[in-house]
Amino acid sequence: MFVARRNPQLNRNDELIHLLSIEGLPASIVLHILDTAGTFLSVNDRDVKKVPLLRGKSVFNLFFENSTRTRTTFEIAAKRLSADVINLDIARSSTAKGESLLDTIANLSAMHADMFVVRHSQSGAPYLIARHCAPHVHVVNAGDGRHSHPTQGLLDMYTIRHYKKDFTQLVVAIVGDIVHSRVARSDIHALTTLGVPEIRAVGPKTLVPGDLKEMGVRVCHDMSEGIRGADVVIMLRLQNERMNGAMLPSAGEFFKTFGLTAEKLALAKPDAIVMHPGPINRGVEIDSSVADGSQSVILPQVTYGIAVRMAVMSIIAGNTA
Amino acid sequence: MSRFDDLDAESLYAGLLAGVRGLLGPGAALVGIWSGGAWLAERLQRDLGLPGEAGVISSALHRDDFSRRGLAGADPTRLPFEVEGSHVVLVDDVLHTGRTIRAVVNELYDFGRPASVQLAVLVDRKGRELPIEATCAIARVDLPAGQRLSLARDASGRLSFEIR
Repeated sequence: MFVARRNPQLNRNDELIHLLSIEGLPASIVLHILDTAGTFLSVNDRDVKKVPLLRGKSVFNLFFENSTRTRTTFEIAAKRLSADVINLDIARSSTAKGESLLDTIANLSAMHADMFVVRHSQSGAPYLIARHCAPHVHVVNAGDGRHSHPTQGLLDMYTIRHYKKDFTQLVVAIVGDIVHSRVARSDIHALTTLGVPEIRAVGPKTLVPGDLKEMGVRVCHDMSEGIRGADVVIMLRLQNERMNGAMLPSAGEFFKTFGLTAEKLALAKPDAIVMHPGPINRGVEIDSSVADGSQSVILPQVTYGIAVRMAVMSIIAGNTA
Repeated sequence: MSRFDDLDAESLYAGLLAGVRGLLGPGAALVGIWSGGAWLAERLQRDLGLPGEAGVISSALHRDDFSRRGLAGADPTRLPFEVEGSHVVLVDDVLHTGRTIRAVVNELYDFGRPASVQLAVLVDRKGRELPIEATCAIARVDLPAGQRLSLARDASGRLSFEIR
């Protein structure tokens, strides 16, 4: 017998109760998140930069894998919504003592957690938590393995919409280590959902395999071909461990071929924007003159990231399982 | 007490225009509560010959029923004047439980401390749940608790009341 599995992120009324992945979310929910983020962005202009939507709620940041930046932006977002934020450096505590993931969750639930923000090296860990937590508890995926990093994908969409307004005419090039990147995966799903007609995955064969075509992207192993005529260039961080894994000859070699310099950027549209999820490696995937140049929107991305995370947390907290 | 059938929004608006004119003094600023109140404030700003645009304020970020309603789609608050020390005249279509006004006053204070806040509404509907009253209300009605009375605006800008 065929049993249709519901999207675990949605309740019976198709409202968002967890954010686990952009894959499978209708465009209407993605756009609602972006619109709500716009409201929260204006909170920064007030005397009182705080709203009481999550007052009395406890948000637990569970980072099984380190990420100071992502954890900090979630913490700021939760605090601007008036939540109490508890940061747990899980990697160095319970798990190290041998506690299972679900036992950790059960214990934290007994401390009256209302929301878990989860970063885990294993793909799917946030799904497991969402499936086993109490009905009033909400889960946000802050990056799981190579699978998904939905809030980064959403803040990238917010940034693109801010500068380009309309998604349906755009050429977006994603450059670098696509195969290991949860950011790339989330961006590709989000761009597809929002109707971007041409998404290019640009990089060497070891990092951009041909079967990525199945995700509906155009694979380019040539940087000039990948960048030419693009409206948006998303550079990905080259992770050092890839260099050791014999996937690349050297950082210098990568920069020469796929590093974004002013010269290569000139092939894109004159008003193209340059994005990067950070932290950037100057001189490895991006030249300083580009990172600090007039087409770079890398720092606005960080600002929008807080508003987008406020939107996600407030929307899921307002919906019940 | 009026009956719903007697609520002609356009003729009530004429009353509101006269009422709000009486509330305005130096340093006064009109602020409409999204959405019906914002339409009224926009029109009052024009008809009273006030410079610039009226403010718009949303209750969404301070609602006490957030956990049940979630974030309803609302325009963000836009206050094109210095709130600190100003004399604010809030404008809304219907005053009912008073909860929207409570939320909106909190929202206002996130931008500064006004010198005074007054409230002008087209309709004062019975059923207050908080100690909040309008400075100026043009009509009074009593409707069954489950009914929702709100202002509608057609393409030509004409206002009418509807019940859901």
